[in-house]
Amino acid sequence: MIHLAGIERTFLVGDEAVHALSSVNFTVRQGEYVAIMGPSGSGKSTLLNIIGLLDRPDKGVYTLENLNTTELTDDQQASVRRNKIGFVFQFFHLVPRMTTAENVELPMILADVDPASRKSRVQAALSSLGLSERAKHRPDQLSGGQRQRVAIARATIMQPDVILADEPTGNLDRTSGIDVIRILEDLHQKGMTLIMVTHDPALSRRAARRVQLQDGKISSDTGGV
Amino acid sequence: MKTGDIIRFSARALSGYTTRTFLMILAMAIGVASVILLTALGEGARRYVTNEFTSLGTYLLIVLPGRSETTGGPPPLLGETPRDLTLQDALSLTRNSAIRRVAPITVGSAPVSWKHRDREVAVLGSTEALFEIRHLSMAQGRFIPAGDPRRGLAVCVIGYKLKRELFGNQSPLGQWVRIGERRFRIIGVLGRKGQSLGLDMGDVAVVPIASAQTLFNTSSLFRILVQANGRDAVPRAKETILTTIRERHDGEDDVTVITQDALLSTFDRILVTMTLSVAGIAAISLSVAGILIMNVMLIAVSQRTSEVGLLKAIGAPDTQILRLFLAESAILSLVGAGLGVVLAFIGTWGLGRVFPRFPFTVPIWALVAAVFVALVTGLVFGVLPARRAAKLDPVEALSRR
Repeated sequence: MIHLAGIERTFLVGDEAVHALSSVNFTVRQGEYVAIMGPSGSGKSTLLNIIGLLDRPDKGVYTLENLNTTELTDDQQASVRRNKIGFVFQFFHLVPRMTTAENVELPMILADVDPASRKSRVQAALSSLGLSERAKHRPDQLSGGQRQRVAIARATIMQPDVILADEPTGNLDRTSGIDVIRILEDLHQKGMTLIMVTHDPALSRRAARRVQLQDGKISSDTGGV
Repeated sequence: MKTGDIIRFSARALSGYTTRTFLMILAMAIGVASVILLTALGEGARRYVTNEFTSLGTYLLIVLPGRSETTGGPPPLLGETPRDLTLQDALSLTRNSAIRRVAPITVGSAPVSWKHRDREVAVLGSTEALFEIRHLSMAQGRFIPAGDPRRGLAVCVIGYKLKRELFGNQSPLGQWVRIGERRFRIIGVLGRKGQSLGLDMGDVAVVPIASAQTLFNTSSLFRILVQANGRDAVPRAKETILTTIRERHDGEDDVTVITQDALLSTFDRILVTMTLSVAGIAAISLSVAGILIMNVMLIAVSQRTSEVGLLKAIGAPDTQILRLFLAESAILSLVGAGLGVVLAFIGTWGLGRVFPRFPFTVPIWALVAAVFVALVTGLVFGVLPARRAAKLDPVEALSRR
């Protein structure tokens, strides 16, 4: 489903070219649960951003569901992000002035979903995550765990095929972190592909497949094709 | 993204930052209000002058002795004194189809006295035609009677101010007053009409033309007022006047005919130019408001960088983000313009209360133009911040908290 071939990504830091990713080949099948690990600067976030179409590789081909994304225009890529990819971030990135319900509704507004069905979909998503009571609260009135659950509801409201989570528990205490992971694993159980970046070995051990990055290269992969 | 959603999203974003939004709206409102107010002032001035001219009479032509335009050719060797306009000249004009009425006028200044009171006023010698031509009205009695203008009856009509000064609350009708060396019987009091082109019609005494000529010992006229037979007849009347007088003055073109329309259109042009330039100066404040909007929107974009990153991550194309930020600028300028219009109407209403005689009106074109310019300013100055937001790199935008 996700197929990266010969991906290169270089950043210029001052005068120096830093190879965040060099000739990465990586394939993820539908419904997999992958943990990407590595020290900071190993390129794991860059890899996730490229899979999520937030970043373009300098070289190589990235195919998502038989679609060569490197050939897509910006607008087409935006449409793929809208419909096929859900993001969960370390810092939640909720819009501070919007209520829980409005934050969850946002992707549907961008995707032109009919307003009548939006409300019921938001309600369903919130109640399945135990957030119905918090629908009218703003992010600053929520705990970290609740915020991340709102972010997950937002990421899944469009029923994407892939969930990309970048250190989803990095900003949470142990208990709510476990909570969040359970929710993500639950989604995986229901058939979504889950790719999670983490540097917590305990978390990565829960994943069926573990990928280790080192200096922009995949150094180990427990389930490579 | 649906239009309604765009508007709701942008409005919510604006209402999230109350102070900043309020200040921007205020700046825009002040700009729009000043454009509208200053235009209303200019337009009011134009209307005021137009009213003054119309109160002078309709389809009016003024015949003055002497030629005003200079033409080429050698300078006259002998001193060329223009011939005076006479009562006969005036009467000769009446026999023409283009001309409805003719009022010859002499003006002088003389003391008017009754019992022990006297007052120096302008004495106007004319005929009954003046009443219609100048749209006069009577407060009491009647105007100078029709009849042979060459006969000088000893009657007079006085202005309301003169009446108040001499007679107070008593009725002056039938009383004899002394004007200069002669006695006149008062037959009427003019209604209030106010000022018209410098001559206060409240403070005059009107006597028959022949009496005035005797009083001031002159046979010449100050001017002749001619009312043409409708708007279309004005040029024909002008032509007739010039030919008739030329024939009577041995072929000399020694009078000047001013048409009211010509005067009016000159003033009109001046005042319209003035209004436009004042409005233009006010428009500068609109562009200042535009720059303020740009400035604050730039701050908003940098404050909301991570929000823009998020929007991109959940699938908003660059054009969408551009549209969202432009919508914010547009809403700001439209709400500002709306508030400005309200302020301007309150302002004109207030000014109208303070200066009731001055016709303040907000021209529709100024209203439309001000709101339109405000919107365009908002959009033009909103483009730069919106483009900056749309061009943000999502990875970098999201890496900020």
